[in-house]
Order: sequence, then C-alpha cells, then structure tokens
Amino acid sequence: MSELVLTLFRLGFLAALWALVIAAILVLRRDLRAPRDARPLVAVPTVRAGSTADSAAADLGNGKTAKPAKTSKASAKAAKNLPKSLVVIEGPLKGTIIPLGQSDITIGRAGDSTIVLDDDYASSNHARISFVDGSWVAQDLGSTNGTWIDRARITTPVTLRPGQQIKVGRTVLELQR
Amino acid sequence: MSATAAVMPRYRQPTRRNTELALILLALAVCGFGYAQCDLAVLGSLASNTIPVMSAIAAIALVAHLAIRILAPNADVVLVPVALSINMIGLTMIHRLDLAEAQRAARNGTTPPSPDVYSQLTWTALGVILFIAILFFVRDHRILQRYTFTAMLIGLLLLLLPLVPGIGATINGATLWVRIGRLSFQPGEIAKIMLTIFFAGYLTQTRDSLALVRTKVLGVEFPRGRDLGPLLVAWFISLAVLVFERDLGTSLLFFGLFVALLYVATQRRSWLVMGAVLFLTGAVFSYLAFGHVRLRVNVWLDPFGDEANTGYQIAQGLYGFASGGMFGSGLGQGYPQLVPYAKSDFIIASLGEELGMIGLFAILTMYAIIVERGLRTAVACRDVFGTLLASGLAIVMALQVFIVVGGVTRLIPLTGLTTPFLAQGGSSLISNWIAVALIMRISDTTRRPEPEVVALEDAMTQVMSR
Repeated sequence: MSELVLTLFRLGFLAALWALVIAAILVLRRDLRAPRDARPLVAVPTVRAGSTADSAAADLGNGKTAKPAKTSKASAKAAKNLPKSLVVIEGPLKGTIIPLGQSDITIGRAGDSTIVLDDDYASSNHARISFVDGSWVAQDLGSTNGTWIDRARITTPVTLRPGQQIKVGRTVLELQR
Repeated sequence: MSATAAVMPRYRQPTRRNTELALILLALAVCGFGYAQCDLAVLGSLASNTIPVMSAIAAIALVAHLAIRILAPNADVVLVPVALSINMIGLTMIHRLDLAEAQRAARNGTTPPSPDVYSQLTWTALGVILFIAILFFVRDHRILQRYTFTAMLIGLLLLLLPLVPGIGATINGATLWVRIGRLSFQPGEIAKIMLTIFFAGYLTQTRDSLALVRTKVLGVEFPRGRDLGPLLVAWFISLAVLVFERDLGTSLLFFGLFVALLYVATQRRSWLVMGAVLFLTGAVFSYLAFGHVRLRVNVWLDPFGDEANTGYQIAQGLYGFASGGMFGSGLGQGYPQLVPYAKSDFIIASLGEELGMIGLFAILTMYAIIVERGLRTAVACRDVFGTLLASGLAIVMALQVFIVVGGVTRLIPLTGLTTPFLAQGGSSLISNWIAVALIMRISDTTRRPEPEVVALEDAMTQVMSR
C-alpha cells in the first residue's frame, strides 16, 4: 500500500465515522432542538389590544413551525364575532377541528384531555381554554415547557382572539370563526 | 368534553424503522471500511477472515433490526444503530490488535495466538440474542417492578459472588471475576442491571417520603435520619465492594448510580450534596486505609515517577494518545499493541492512537447519543418506574464511560471497569445489550399509539387477555 493511499484511507475513515455520527444526530435533530420559541424574547411594541401577554416578538425569523399570524383582518372583527372552532394548525394533529361550545377544552398528554397530545414536549395537563364572560381565555396549567401565545409565554390567563396562535409543545392551535 | 376526544382522529407516529435500517447499513459500511483498512495497512491485502467476520456482523445487525421491527416497532430508532456502531468499532480494533499479535508471533517464529475477534464476535451474537430475548419476554417494562426485591437479591449475590472461594478469581489485584472451568465471567456487569432495576423499583415506592419529609438544619432542608438509611446502606455496600473486592470502579459506579437516581426520583439537590460528602469521606478513608487505593492515586498523580513499573500501563497509554495526536496514525499504522491490555481496559488508548482525537470524539459522541436517548426515553415515559429505570440505565452508561475514559486519560485515578460495547469481554457486552434492550422496551411502550376508542355499541365482542 502506498503512503498516499493509506493517508487518504486514514482521513477517509475519520470522515466516515463522523458522517455516521452526524447522520444519527440528524435523525434526532427534532428531539435535540429546543422548542423554537424557547429563546429569550425581545420585547417589541406589538402587544395588541385584548392581549395581556407580557411581550410579543414581531418576527424571530423562523416561519417553519409557526407561520406569521394572519391577525390584521381578524382583530377588527374579533369583538363582534365569537370563534366557532379551535383548529390545530401545526403538529401531529394538524387539521383537527374542535367545535367550540361552552365547555372547557383541556390540552395535554393525559388521556382525559379534550385534545390528547402525543408529544414529549407537552405536559400531562398542559393548558386549558375556557369560556369566561363572553370570550375564550387560555390558561397554562403549570406545564413544564409553557404555553405560548403569538410567541410569548403566558403566565396569567389570556383572552384569545381568532387568529392568535396558541403553542403547546409542538402543537399550534388557533381559534377560527 | 371527552366526547370530542373520542371523535378525534388518532394520530399514528411514524415508526421510522426504515431510518433505523439505513443507519445500520451506514454503520456496517463504515465499519467494513475500517476493518478492511486494518488489513490493507498491516498485511497489504485482506486477511483471510475479514469477509466471514464482516458477513457475520452484518447478519447479527440485520437480525437485531428484524427483531425490533417485530417486537418493538415503536421504539427509538437511533439507539441500536449507535450501539452496533460502537460494538463494531470495538471488533475492528480487536481485529487490528490480533493482526499485530500475529505479526509479532511471525517475527519471533512462534505460533500466532488464535484471534480474539472470534470470541468477541460470539459474545456480540450472544448479546444480540439476549437483546431479542428481553424484547420478547419483557413485553411491558412495568412487569419488572414486581421483581424489585428479587432483583436486589440477585444483584447483591452477583456482586458478592467473586468472593466465594473456589470460583472467585483475582486478576490484577481486583477480585471481580468468577471462573468456572475455562469460562470466566464478571458478575458485577450483570449486577449493575439488576441493581438498576432494584433502585428504580425501590425509589418508585419511597420517593414521596424521601422528597417531602424534611427537617431543617442550619436553614438547609435535609431528609429525616430514618430516610437516610437506604443511602447509607448503598454507601456501605459500595465501600464493602471496595474493601473486599478491591474494585474502585464498580464501587464508584453503584454509589454514583444510586445518588443520581435519588436525585432524579426526588428532584432534591440535597441528595447530591450528601452523596458527594459521603463519597469524599469514603475516598479519603480508603486512601488512608488501603494500599491498593493509595497506589492507584499515586500513579494517577505521577504516572512517570515509576514508569517502568506501576505507571507503565498509564504511561504507555498516554504515549499512545500523544503519538496519535489530532488525526491519529490511521488504523493499522500505529503501535497500540505496546500498551498492556490494549484490547480491553485500554482499548480507548488504542483507538486514541490510531484514530486520534477526532476519531475518539466521534466515539464519545456516540456514547453521548446513547445516554441522550436513554434520558429522552425517561422524560417521555409516563410511569415513574419506567422513568427511573431508563434514567438509571443511561446514568450507568454515562458513569461507566466517564470512569473508564477518565481513568485512561488520567482525569481521575484508573479503575477497572470495561468500556461499554467497545472493550473485549463477554460479560460487559452482554449486560450492555440487555441495558439497550430495556431502554428499547420502555421506549416502545411509551411511544406505542393508544388503542382506538370504539364506541361500545360498535365494538365487537372480545376475548380479554392480560
């Protein structure tokens, strides 16, 4: 074996070894990645009326899991029309439509939740959306990874308007009329 | 509100078994490349046993994969390919050292020793068979919780087995072998699985009182004296292992595992503090009381002081790392055979010499992936026992790699543990495959989609089976 061939083999094996490791990591990247919104939020003055969220970031530049909310049209009519359904717009249950009545909707991994999530990032009893005084209110139930509304983590019950994105684990929900 | 849940279409997570197959094939290709490279560098052509050995490895890997498809279709997809990769890198290195031994024998005109790669391959096959058997017999990890105290008994018996006169064997100062006829075995390796099951089951039952009942001492909350009992028992047993079997590594492994699991179960950091205090007390005590511990520590602090004698192994290992440098000498182009126990205890040094730091880090990353998958499974698991068992198995793996690699690289004193999946030795391979099987089982149970809810009037009459 010539010296050159052996050198190429030597470096080639290291490259192959790392290719294997990187391939394994790529398979895992969904798990290894922190939830996209888990970075500290930059307070941007876009807090809209009706939202008690402490802060809302305008655009953090990742449109993959959370598309920009189509709020401009919706917010005008929000006061007049009550939303009729809760729609899952991202995540494993994408496309699921839950008709809204008067009763609470619970979200979590527990089997008795209204929306049972199969998601490692969701807690058993993660969040509740309830109808209070003529509007829908989202509340975090002490989840590990938090409930996020339009990319802000909520700490208190927050009144929801149609088009606002509620994020629980990897699932994004939206009220629709 | 649960009415809505019943109507909702249940989502089936993709099992991604094909991804697993692809990773296994990639691992086989990489390993085959390395294996052939050893031959080409040492002999100039393929060794006569290369093709059969590689075919056997491929067959073992594919059988494991098929078994997972049938027995645990929802389990983690990365765990087995990565474990197989490390196992195959170990086989490659052992083959490479076989070649070196054959060369030396040819130079001296003696008969070459029979290649160790065959026995390692047999153990790998046995490990994978046990892996499949565990997946087959343990259909739900919660069954294991029933055997909490049986596991403790078996674990402790195995741990103390080497002390039984007649079958126990002392090799290199540590009494951790059992020898019956020609077969020798390290029962501590299996004990580590048994005790993990025991710790997980025990802490599932007691974690509430361990976590909640506290007394305040100097403003810091501490558990009550009687709750401290188990921690002290674990401490005494690991000290006993240290004293009577003279095995630093196993002792450290068990105590570390118990303290870590206490922390996972109770989420109280005070256990870590108390564990560290007890550990330091034990360490100082054994340094002062036992010559063999003192020797290890002195060699650790100054391996070159008595290089020809006590420090020889560590010093040779360090020279190996040094000559390997960043990129390594290349498989088959270094002199890893100069280190004593290059195939087992010091296989990390052999790999460090031939693959360099870059290659070594790839291997350490693979271990990190295994540990990460174990902890991930623990997080996702819904029952406490499964969480503790998966984290325990992951912690054992992490601690063991840390203790071995730390010892060889002179970060901590050298102790006699095996590098999981990598080092030559059957007991270690088997127990690590069992550990991976248990993590796979927990992962499969956790990710299994819940059965469809069928309205009672639509449901068919069913035969109930447990």
